Amino acid sequence: MFYREAGQFKTNYAADMAVFPILQDKIGIALILTLALVVIPLAGNAFFLSVVMIPFLIFALASIGLNLLTGYTGLLSLGTAGFMGVGAFACYKLTTIFPGVNIIVWILTSGLFAAAVGVFFGLPSLRIKGFYLAVATLAAQFFLQWCFIRIPWLYNYNVSGAIEVPTRTLFGIAVTGPNASPEMRYYVVLGVVILLTWVASNLVHGRIGRSWMAVRDMDIAAELMGIKLLPTKLLAFAVSSFYCGVAGALMVFLWYGGAEPEVFSINQSFLILFMVIIGGLGSLTGSFFGAALIYILPIVLRGAPSLVGLDIGAATVEHLTFMIVGALIIFFLIVEPHGLARLWQTGKQKLRVWPFPY
Amino acid sequence: MRAPDMDAGVTAGDVLLAVENVSLRFGGVKAITDVSFDIRKGEIRAIIGPNGAGKTSMLNVINGFYHPQDGRITFKGRTRSKMRPYVAASQGIARTFQNVALFKGMTTLDNIMAGRTLKMRRGFFWQMLRHGPAMAEEIEHRKVVEEIIDFLEIEAIRKVPVGRLPYGLQKRVELGRALAMEPELLLLDEPMAGMNLEEKEDMCRFILDVNSQFGTTIALIEHDMGVVMDLSDRVVVLEYGRKIADGVPDEVKSNQAVIDAYLGVPH
Repeated sequence: MFYREAGQFKTNYAADMAVFPILQDKIGIALILTLALVVIPLAGNAFFLSVVMIPFLIFALASIGLNLLTGYTGLLSLGTAGFMGVGAFACYKLTTIFPGVNIIVWILTSGLFAAAVGVFFGLPSLRIKGFYLAVATLAAQFFLQWCFIRIPWLYNYNVSGAIEVPTRTLFGIAVTGPNASPEMRYYVVLGVVILLTWVASNLVHGRIGRSWMAVRDMDIAAELMGIKLLPTKLLAFAVSSFYCGVAGALMVFLWYGGAEPEVFSINQSFLILFMVIIGGLGSLTGSFFGAALIYILPIVLRGAPSLVGLDIGAATVEHLTFMIVGALIIFFLIVEPHGLARLWQTGKQKLRVWPFPY
Repeated sequence: MRAPDMDAGVTAGDVLLAVENVSLRFGGVKAITDVSFDIRKGEIRAIIGPNGAGKTSMLNVINGFYHPQDGRITFKGRTRSKMRPYVAASQGIARTFQNVALFKGMTTLDNIMAGRTLKMRRGFFWQMLRHGPAMAEEIEHRKVVEEIIDFLEIEAIRKVPVGRLPYGLQKRVELGRALAMEPELLLLDEPMAGMNLEEKEDMCRFILDVNSQFGTTIALIEHDMGVVMDLSDRVVVLEYGRKIADGVPDEVKSNQAVIDAYLGVPH
């Protein structure tokens, strides 16, 4: 009833090609941005910001990165955590070698290092596809993690063998290190995520995104139309790894505040791959949905018994959480194998014609 | 949509593409053996033959997907021992496939827009912004694509993912995607396979219109002899990878080797 596009006529192609062509969607995205930029920092406490929102945004960013590669270009990768680690370690090295440069500059620059590594490990993608490419990227994952452990230069020869995030400031306010306030960290993460999501949306709606999807859907036809496969795939690897690298740098600098190489293990790669699959391959919105379902839902479930006054042991809650999340994942995948994003699309389509079936 | 630019050296009736003594082998299997023929500017050239005669392989050689072991391919006056897909595409050879090879997850509009990829120039930086020059370029190409959509009468399915379209429409979208490349030579691999009479008639009309309105040279593979004899200016017949006949439809129809190939010979 409220979600109607009747009467919204487009008189030029620019309006028709907008990312949110329908007025209600524009209002919706404005509401979400207001919520994220104003309401959550004002209403949320430190716990909510640093344990729920910051990790959620970082996971969403990493999911977008992997989605560009796996969802849009059809290249399955298990090296996500490795590329995130490259971003984190690059950022750490850069900011300890050049402490004077703004940390946000280094966070974004570290993505470039991850991109370069991603391109290198993306080279086999011309010849191998699907599961076999996944195995090749698995090699990247293990090799990179080995580097993080075995090359002490990467963590500045710390005896702990881990990154210790130094304090860095933005306009005189600490954004990293132990003294950074959750609000400040949240705003930096949010800013980076909004910017990069916008860029990703622009890329996938234009020539480059169409080339990626063409390679995904029918590489032979794409090649015979003059889309060069290797540069297109490598560009996807580069952009994807850039996003993962930035997410990795954000994760260590603005969430954990320090990290051991173990953080960038294969488990992290799988976690993000699941977010992408459950959220919806080939959907940026889906990346947010997937990150929310897999990261936020367990937190909510863990907190739920005490909120409603049930007295259940912590271990039991933990077990229940695993079971419920697992069951929900299976449920959603049965209802809609194409992920939450497709469910969302179907819902919107139903709403458009409600109360009629079509 | 504009007609493709007439090259200075090539006028109507001149040879646009010549295949000379092309042989293609896959290991011990001889797909094409010593085949030569040419395609003249502005004509509709049919390639026919029984199943497994090497017709599709021939198209794959022409647009560079297969590299022949022997022979030469001359396109627009330039002779090569083999084509490369990118060179073929950028030189103006477009292609549709026997089994529809659309980008299934994309809409009709995006599929046809993807056909414009080679004509789009704005680099990564502007693509990231999707404003200013990148958007202007996008709109400019959208206009061309809309003309193709009008031409093929597929306005209603613009925003539908092509995977959900019926087969006949998918074939039409695929033709649209090839047309978006503004090709000089359009290769159609069984454009009417699996269609009913009405859809075939529509497709014939589109092929003739493309040929006459845009001056596009067309090479087509087709099994429906009625269609082939009606549409084409000249026909080349392959059997077991060899050329057995070449000429205007009436000549080919009465050629004994062709009749034998299609009907079989008594042993």
